[in-house]
Amino acid sequence: MSVEMEQAADRPSPDARQPLVRVTGVKKYFPITQGIIFQREVGRVHAVDGVDLEVFPGETLGIVGETGCGKSTLARLICRLLPVTEGTIEFDGQDITNMKGSQLRQLRREIQMIFQDPYSSLNPRKRVGAIIGDPFEIHGLADGKELKKRVQELMETVGLNPEHYNRFPAEFSGGQRQRIGVARALALRPKLIICDEPVSALDVSIQAQVINLLEDLQNEFKLTYIFIAHDLSVVRFVSDRVGVMYLGKVVELADASRLYAEPKHPYSGALLSAVPVPDPDRAQQQERVILLGDVPSPIDPPSGCRFHPRCPKAQERCVHEVPPLEPKASGDLAACHFPLEPGENLARARAGIEQEVEVAQQLPEHPLPPGQLG
Amino acid sequence: MALLEVRDLRVHFDTDDGVVKAVDGVTFSLDPGQTLGIVGESGSGKSVTNLAIMGLARGGRISGEVLFEGRDLLKMHTNELREIRGKKIAMIFQDPLSSLHPYYKVGAQIAEMILAHEKVSKKDARDRAINLLRLVGIPRPERRVDDYPHQFSGGMRQRAMIAMALALDPAVLIADEPTTALDVTVQAQVLDLVERLQEEFGTAIICITHDLGVVADMADEVLVMYGGKPVEVADRRTAYYNPHMPYTWGLLQSLPPVAAEHTGERLQPIKGQPPSLINLPHGCSFNPRCPYVMEVCTRVEPELEPADPARPEHLSACHLSLEDKERIWQQEVAPTR
Repeated sequence: MSVEMEQAADRPSPDARQPLVRVTGVKKYFPITQGIIFQREVGRVHAVDGVDLEVFPGETLGIVGETGCGKSTLARLICRLLPVTEGTIEFDGQDITNMKGSQLRQLRREIQMIFQDPYSSLNPRKRVGAIIGDPFEIHGLADGKELKKRVQELMETVGLNPEHYNRFPAEFSGGQRQRIGVARALALRPKLIICDEPVSALDVSIQAQVINLLEDLQNEFKLTYIFIAHDLSVVRFVSDRVGVMYLGKVVELADASRLYAEPKHPYSGALLSAVPVPDPDRAQQQERVILLGDVPSPIDPPSGCRFHPRCPKAQERCVHEVPPLEPKASGDLAACHFPLEPGENLARARAGIEQEVEVAQQLPEHPLPPGQLG
Repeated sequence: MALLEVRDLRVHFDTDDGVVKAVDGVTFSLDPGQTLGIVGESGSGKSVTNLAIMGLARGGRISGEVLFEGRDLLKMHTNELREIRGKKIAMIFQDPLSSLHPYYKVGAQIAEMILAHEKVSKKDARDRAINLLRLVGIPRPERRVDDYPHQFSGGMRQRAMIAMALALDPAVLIADEPTTALDVTVQAQVLDLVERLQEEFGTAIICITHDLGVVADMADEVLVMYGGKPVEVADRRTAYYNPHMPYTWGLLQSLPPVAAEHTGERLQPIKGQPPSLINLPHGCSFNPRCPYVMEVCTRVEPELEPADPARPEHLSACHLSLEDKERIWQQEVAPTR
């Protein structure tokens, strides 16, 4: 740990730099309505519920979390595809929370997105040239021969054959399609690219190709990435810092290698322990923390710490008091009243409160004998 | 005698563009209580292999033998097969939402499975469905038995699928990407459940997946498929610590390294794309992507055979000599892991 601390001290402290993106107290609630003519609000989905984070130029911020934790919603808020309910988003020192019209259009050049599914994010009726060229036309930056030249340059940059300019997406494989998506995102030379599960739909051997491509482009064009994925080993590999989200909140935000070595929040710990390791001996040593039950509904999230009904370390305090996201011993941020100590065995921890889900969801000590089954 | 023995299984589909050789010569055997992991990329034939075993690969020309308890499933009449399918050999599919019928209650779907195979009353079938739901860890099963699939979460649906598959205490359980659609923590719950049930009931499992992490955790034996053919068969430790086939090396190398000291290095992807199953390359189907390709690889298809006579159970389909394999693995591949 001391080595890591020294390394961290060598780098300029993050606070000294001007962040490219600063998200402050951002909330996004989706109303649930009932009624045909008069739509009455009967509830709210708390998709993102008070997130603070900063992204620095040239870094890759990974965001991990399970389905429904709000990571994709957060990405869409940052690139202004969705309006925020509360809070502010700054980009390059400018408040973009309520930006409109030509200013917003200008902003769109700076922030681009790469989507998960390369099959549904490309229009099947358009030729590749038109798909990649669209951003130029929309922003009136190039047309005619110039447009074609620039598109072909881009295709070459991302490792596609420029002669395939007139082909349709269906003629490409999954990995190549994702390259088309990358070329389109790159077209306007953005400062920030938000990658929403960019490699999840690809086979392992192709995944590595796309990850390497993203890395090369980052070095070449000084890009900043927000990298969202549920594959934690990929996120560790590409990210400088990683934010862990649970039910609309960031529960831990830490240097990537430190997070993986010594998670502070019990949820991060459980999440990391659940990742299957492609190494039989390590897999055998690894003690999986089996969480109880399912993620609660974001319509009516639990009180206090949102993780308390499933947390192996939960105490009375967690039920009532919302833990703030604050620096812990290593300097990394975590939102927990009882953070994990280095070397602590989470699999053996026992909660100090009654967790109703636990009793019901647990497998009986001795499952029914085979005779009673069949 | 092995519980399930597959010999030279081939599944070919005739299409307008030519013959798709989805599975082309798969051989393996499975003992009671054993877990076989089948890995490979999309289109490597791993799912079709198992659909063919279950007699579900419709429209394909199937040849070879699938011996279950000594009887060939492929030669069986549909009625006979129906006795075995679901009862002796059960299957868990990848996507629990599309494999459960949305119009029927979860409990009714599990009970249907029992009623189809045994002469029991509806009430007994329902009671057993409740017990099964309890067994797989669904809270308050007496109430949830009357829920529709949409009222279940993803993990619960997959549990319900497992309950259905286990309803008749099958000897073989085929799990086709059982956790791919699930989040990691839910995946951990489901894998934990499957392992505990296997210990309890001694079920043999075929686990099909593209996730090398899941295989490292679950499988006793690993079968690697490429272009419809098995290219390497080895026990779990050998498959990860001393594999013989360049495709297996490539798969392991394309993963982000496990050891923390390697972060920051570049990943080493396999170049190129998986082959078209209509036009497989001549010789070894991996040769256009293989970094160690030799002249012979483009002409002669390698046999799946032991490279090391001292270890006859470790099979690989590759022309490289044993010395080359050991040297390349130790000097070039293993250090990057």
